[in-house]
Amino acid sequence: MSQVPLSWFLVLSALLFALGVAGFLFRRNIITVFMSIELMLNAVNLSFVTFAYQHKDVSGHLFVFFVMVVAAAEAAVGLAIILTVFKNRGTLNIDDISSMKN
Amino acid sequence: MDVILFLIFAAIALVAAVNVVVQSHPISSAISLIGVMGSLAVLYLLLGAEFIAAAQVIVYAGAVMVLFLFVIMLLNAGTEARQSKSETAHLLGVPALVVFALLLVYFIHQQPESGVHFGGFTGGSAQAVGRALFTTYLLPFEVTSVLILIAIIGAIVLARKEI
Amino acid sequence: MLLWLIPLFPLAGFAINGIFGRRFPKASINAVAIGSVLLSFLWVLKTLAGAGPLNAPLTEHYFTWIQSGTLSIGFDMTIDRLTAVMLLVVTGIGSLIHIYSIGYMAHEGGYYRFFAYMNLFMFFMLTLVLAANYLLLFVGWEGVGLCSYLLIGFYFDKKFATDAGNKAFIVNRIGDFGFSLAAFLIFKQFGSLDFAAVSGQAAGAPTGALTAIGLLLLLGACGKSAQIPLYVWLPDAMAGPTPVSALIHAATMVTAGVYMTARSWPIYVHAPQAMEMIAIIGTATAFFAATIGLAQNDIKKVFAYSTVSQLGYMFMGVGCGAFSAGIYHLMTHAFFKALLFLGSGAVIHALSGEQDLRHMGGLRHKIPWTFWTMMCAAVAIAGVPPFAGFWSKDAILLAAHAHAPWMYWAGTVTAGLTAFYVFRAMFLAFFGQYRGHHHPHESPAVMLAPLAALAALSLAGGWLFQVPQFLSAFFPAHEVPEDASLMAISTAAGLIGIALAYLMYVAKPALADSFAGSVKGLYWLVYNKYFVDEIYDAAVVTPVIDGSRAVLWKGVDAGLVDGAVNGVGARCRNVGSVLRLWQSGNIRSYATWVLVGGVLMIVAIGLAGGAR
Repeated sequence: MSQVPLSWFLVLSALLFALGVAGFLFRRNIITVFMSIELMLNAVNLSFVTFAYQHKDVSGHLFVFFVMVVAAAEAAVGLAIILTVFKNRGTLNIDDISSMKN
Repeated sequence: MDVILFLIFAAIALVAAVNVVVQSHPISSAISLIGVMGSLAVLYLLLGAEFIAAAQVIVYAGAVMVLFLFVIMLLNAGTEARQSKSETAHLLGVPALVVFALLLVYFIHQQPESGVHFGGFTGGSAQAVGRALFTTYLLPFEVTSVLILIAIIGAIVLARKEI
Repeated sequence: MLLWLIPLFPLAGFAINGIFGRRFPKASINAVAIGSVLLSFLWVLKTLAGAGPLNAPLTEHYFTWIQSGTLSIGFDMTIDRLTAVMLLVVTGIGSLIHIYSIGYMAHEGGYYRFFAYMNLFMFFMLTLVLAANYLLLFVGWEGVGLCSYLLIGFYFDKKFATDAGNKAFIVNRIGDFGFSLAAFLIFKQFGSLDFAAVSGQAAGAPTGALTAIGLLLLLGACGKSAQIPLYVWLPDAMAGPTPVSALIHAATMVTAGVYMTARSWPIYVHAPQAMEMIAIIGTATAFFAATIGLAQNDIKKVFAYSTVSQLGYMFMGVGCGAFSAGIYHLMTHAFFKALLFLGSGAVIHALSGEQDLRHMGGLRHKIPWTFWTMMCAAVAIAGVPPFAGFWSKDAILLAAHAHAPWMYWAGTVTAGLTAFYVFRAMFLAFFGQYRGHHHPHESPAVMLAPLAALAALSLAGGWLFQVPQFLSAFFPAHEVPEDASLMAISTAAGLIGIALAYLMYVAKPALADSFAGSVKGLYWLVYNKYFVDEIYDAAVVTPVIDGSRAVLWKGVDAGLVDGAVNGVGARCRNVGSVLRLWQSGNIRSYATWVLVGGVLMIVAIGLAGGAR
């Protein structure tokens, strides 16, 4: 039993992803929401690498590479936006940023 | 040996992930997220993804999360106050989430079984990644460099004082 | 042969006068209008001179107008003996009336508009006559109906005139409906609407289909030629200017029905029941209208009912198989009826607008030319030999006797009534003392010259133009035994009518009123035209209007259609206001819905067989 079943990796990835979604839905602070997004991306990276192992193909790693690049870019721009929103609205509460009238 | 390694670091990852979601102070969430990334790096090594593991630690945990920490400290974000929740999110979200997770697990178990052991995949070295990156995936590589350029410019423009 | 030039000249006249006439001086309008009709007449003469004996029709095909499946309609014009007679009548009398109108309309407003409409009418009438298929004939048919409407309602600021125009057009439409159905059936039966095709195939067609076609065509003819039950528009059409009454409602448009029926003789000859119907309707209308004409006091109304009655004679002739006799009477009637109307116009013009016979009298010394020319027409219409009306009416009556003797007797009595009411009008207007207070003056020469020409035609046109012989090569042979005693009886009836009128209106004027008093109820009925208009109004018009208002307007249009459209709008608004709540601006609820969508997609993919 020195082999770890592949499905365990995938189940871990699914659970991490679900936790990321939970954080996205239930937290009020924008930055925490953003971090939940990063958590989701990491979960997906794990599943990519797992499938790369399964198919013995390095392309999965390449995908993870690109996901990381995009996540980095997204984090940079997204945080800049959060800064601007904070300057304008003065709050980091996700429910208070909306200016739509009900 | 591999199984034990997996179990330990998977547990660390899960606990840290739960912490990310549960903690009320953003700094604590950020630190927990770094923990998740670290344990994921170990799992990548188990799966033979050496280059990716290194990139995860250096880029993701070392640069992106540090950026997060800088911004949290810049905004002086405090703990989240207990306020009214979103009914839709809670009413619909919880069952949807549970169903989602169960569905994923169900479909995962329909996959053919195979085992993972350290050293089972040797094609994840920097050399292999580099070769694929500069031959098959050259175009996406160049495009992402442009993407990073755009992100830099965008971030600078957005975060300026005049806005 | 260039037959298309014949209707083209009046059309060009209409276009020029219609577009530029407002700025033209009267002389230019006259030149264009009269010139175009005269050119048309001259071209007719030239064409007929060069056409030879016309034993077979000469057709010119210009272009294919409609090509759809098996239906192929060409823009064809044809000329044969029947067309020749009609063309001469239409363009000849048309020219005379146009010349007369110069004088009559000289003081009226809308001078150019009048001549433009008259030219347009000539164009359509000539198209109708020259057409080689039923559809082109229908184009002319509808067009003359349109011009009739425009010209009846020429004094458009007078409500009774516009009402009369509406009435004419609407009643005509009922007939046109019958004509359209007949055209559909003709196409279905013969595969083509050409006269040549119909005439060639009629012998082999089933009688039932032919009878249906014949009856429907008769309905169209009743509308256009003012027979029972669709005659009610003609008396009201007298609201238009008198030249209009002369041209359209005496000489040309109303004869279109007779022409069309005669043109369709292949159908009728093989559908005896339909032909019988024509004869019955013709006889009944002739008698019925003559009785109404006895009691009218408006000089134009007397002649209007006379027109209806004489058209009945033409239909009687056609229905009894004597097609050429019917056309013969069409021609002679055009002569003397146009003259009677134009003469009435001269009288009305002389009296500055007075139309009531009771306010006329003694005019024969004051407007002698008018008197003598109208007298020529009166003796012609009364059937006094050897003038025009005698020959044509006797041809019809002899054919009627050979077909069904009761029609002959009805026709003879009607002849007596005709003579009576025409001479009643003549005596009331021209004899005795002048009962009005205007200053009668003779009409100008431009009006008197056409009267003189028509008078000459009324006197001599009967034996000068031997139409039955001319048309005997065209129509199927129809032998009618010559019977001198029958001719004598009908002539005697006419003379008795004249004598009675003389007695009651010249010799002993009080006799008329005492007679009317003794048959008060009958007189009242006849004077009010048997209340036919009122019956139609109550039985047909009012229910249709009320039904339309209540059911179709309020129920269907406002309720159903508007309700449906508004309902759609209201439902959209309702749905929108419900859906609006979904766009809350709350990011987390949006994310939740994304998650729900994701779950559904996974389920769908899984059910569809997974991602393999």
